[in-house]
Amino acid sequence: MSGPAVELAGVDKVFGPVRALDGIELTIGAGEFVSLIGPSGCGKSTLLRVVADLEQPTAGTVRVRGKPAAQARLDQDYGIAFQQAGLLEWRSVAENVELPLHVHGVPRAQRRERAAELLEMVGLTEFARSRPGELSGGMQQRVAIARALAPKPSLLLMDEPFGALDEMTRERMQAELLRIAGETRAAVLFVTHSIPEAVVLSDRVVVMSPRPGRITEVVAGRRPGSRPDLAPDDVEDVRESAAFFTAITDVREALRKGHG
Amino acid sequence: MRTWLPPLAFGAGVLVLWQVLVLALAVPAFLLPAPTAIAGQVGAQFGVILPTAAVTGGNALAGLVAGFLLGVALALLAAWSRPVRELATPVVLAASAVPIVALAPVFTTLFGSTTEVPRQLVVTVVVVVPVFVSTTRGLRQVQPVHADLMTALAATPWQASRFVRLPGAVPHIVTGLRLAAPAAVIASIVAEYFGGPQNGLGSRISSAAANTAYARAWAFVVAAIALGLLYHLAGLLLERLVTRPRQ
Amino acid sequence: MARLRTAVSAVVAFTLLVVAWELAKAVLPEDGVRIGDTRVLPRTDDAAMPHVWTVLARFGEPEVAGAAAQRTVGEAVASGALFTLGLALGGLVIGGVLGAVLALAMARFGLLERALLPWVVLSQTVPLIAIAPLVAGWGGKIAILGQPWQPWTSVMVISSYLAFFPIAVGMLRGLTSPRRADVELFRSLAAGWWTTLLRLRLPASVPHLLPAVRLAAAAAVVGAIVAEISTGTRGGVGRLIIEYAQSATGDPSRMYTAILGAAVLGLVAAAAVGLLDLALRRYRGSVA
Repeated sequence: MSGPAVELAGVDKVFGPVRALDGIELTIGAGEFVSLIGPSGCGKSTLLRVVADLEQPTAGTVRVRGKPAAQARLDQDYGIAFQQAGLLEWRSVAENVELPLHVHGVPRAQRRERAAELLEMVGLTEFARSRPGELSGGMQQRVAIARALAPKPSLLLMDEPFGALDEMTRERMQAELLRIAGETRAAVLFVTHSIPEAVVLSDRVVVMSPRPGRITEVVAGRRPGSRPDLAPDDVEDVRESAAFFTAITDVREALRKGHG
Repeated sequence: MRTWLPPLAFGAGVLVLWQVLVLALAVPAFLLPAPTAIAGQVGAQFGVILPTAAVTGGNALAGLVAGFLLGVALALLAAWSRPVRELATPVVLAASAVPIVALAPVFTTLFGSTTEVPRQLVVTVVVVVPVFVSTTRGLRQVQPVHADLMTALAATPWQASRFVRLPGAVPHIVTGLRLAAPAAVIASIVAEYFGGPQNGLGSRISSAAANTAYARAWAFVVAAIALGLLYHLAGLLLERLVTRPRQ
Repeated sequence: MARLRTAVSAVVAFTLLVVAWELAKAVLPEDGVRIGDTRVLPRTDDAAMPHVWTVLARFGEPEVAGAAAQRTVGEAVASGALFTLGLALGGLVIGGVLGAVLALAMARFGLLERALLPWVVLSQTVPLIAIAPLVAGWGGKIAILGQPWQPWTSVMVISSYLAFFPIAVGMLRGLTSPRRADVELFRSLAAGWWTTLLRLRLPASVPHLLPAVRLAAAAAVVGAIVAEISTGTRGGVGRLIIEYAQSATGDPSRMYTAILGAAVLGLVAAAAVGLLDLALRRYRGSVA
């Protein structure tokens, strides 16, 4: 795969009197994991929604895999997961994973096969026939991630997907996401308000400040799988390493500066 | 047990008190017959009560089905087309405020006084209103995350309806049906007070009362209450069946 | 702007209904369409479906032809509707007060709620209006405190009885609606039951009470009309519908004037509740 996954140039977004995004310049390479972090109202979710073509920028250009964002959406170049799993409770878990393929007319046999594959990847094979309501929050979020991956997107957009989970579940989901991102080689744009989460998941942590929403700094993250010396399973080692804590301090400093 | 005991005790207490008061104070039958007298009439008239209730219940069912289909169809049209929505909403709102049963004589003039059609039509109109209102509410209530998901998946409006809007509205549609079911029985009975064939529970109640056979009239009232309960419970059961797998 | 659009579309909608009526009259066969013995499309001759303008013109004509010092059909319908409105309003007030008192008692005494509430809820799904002809039998036969039982009293009793249940249920739901945290806050302030009722439970019940009043008002109107018909009470619009319907073979338009009167009556009652709604806007929170 060649060329960057996402290119944002001079992107502004104005809601009435509020400048939600102001002069955003950001490029995400193929297979790169980038986190957006910042206080509430800094426009990080808006930025993700602009990439997803759920919002139109007021000014600037958004290109996904070299195409305009709208075209990329129509071509299903990205998969998306929200803070709420947003599963359809009248469909089984497997049928929820199949949804994107169902919408795009993929034949039933192929859909089934892909859903089984994905459920195995997220470790929910035995829940394929369950109803979403029977699953815990963490499990539902894994189903939502599997659903996002169904059309084999080269870009994964995630809007605080682990925001509503407890800390233990959250760390397990982070390790899982790293493994999945490594296996699928998809680029990830990940919105979070947790500093350790951003650091441990990302190649780069993009720090934003509010009013107007701007990128103030980009800090190197500590994502294990993307570095030659660390496999995704080494995530626990990373969490305890000195470099991890240094990176956390760097992000915290950057956030504080943005606020001041 | 704990939840059933107080209401059961209260119900039994009222019946006993009613019986005792009627006997002790020699309450005249036109005011209130004794429960035992009513029960006796229910037994004596059972052969009449069943076919009579079948007529009233049949009219309620016919109107319920027709009104349900009409209400859902109208709500679907209104959800998809703005002009239909803007025209249908004031009419349905007005219908919900207007005493619809007063339309009974109109339908009788239009369709003739010898058939059940006028009564079934009154029930139909009565049923359309709650079904339309509740279906519309269901079709409108799409969670923002589902709407975003459909946009992200580049789904067409028709696909968004098929995958999210319609299935999401099903519980509301069934709730509308559940609310309409007892209303259908009430409308069916009241429509009989406006004339037409003398074969249903409503007409039997008025004719028995007019003939000063008060206990018999009350026996038909008991049957009317049982019929209303039957429809209510059937609606409740249907709602449970449809919404159960969803939690 | 949006409001204007709503008003215009309402006018257009009712105009279209009138047009549909006239169109059906013009296009469909006069004796309707039958499948077997059942007529599936209505009769459309002048005796069944009079022209809209014929009905409107009837409002201005005298009620009884030829008599001196006449009142018009329109005046008869208006005074009938006012009479019925008065009975329904009386019923609503009586039923509402009794319903609210019952709800307060149920909110105060848990055992009472457990014993009564299932019956109150059940009664809403049951055709209570069926007893209307029986209450009618009280007319002229009993006296309370020397006052003979008037036929219109029966009407008001039935009407209040139908208004009673929605109010009792809605009020109780409202009184028990405050969140646990709010109730505990009042308890931590050492507020008594009455203070909690006045400052927390009553204001919190308003959003639940308004839809209940709307239901009760509609039920009171239907109850009054049906009760007039089954008791044969004179003077109200319900009785007019029946009287005019019985003479419908001669003059069908009259029946339609009375039904229009009943419809307007329902709308007036709904509008009155709407005004109440506006007056209490301050207490309208979000209600599930």
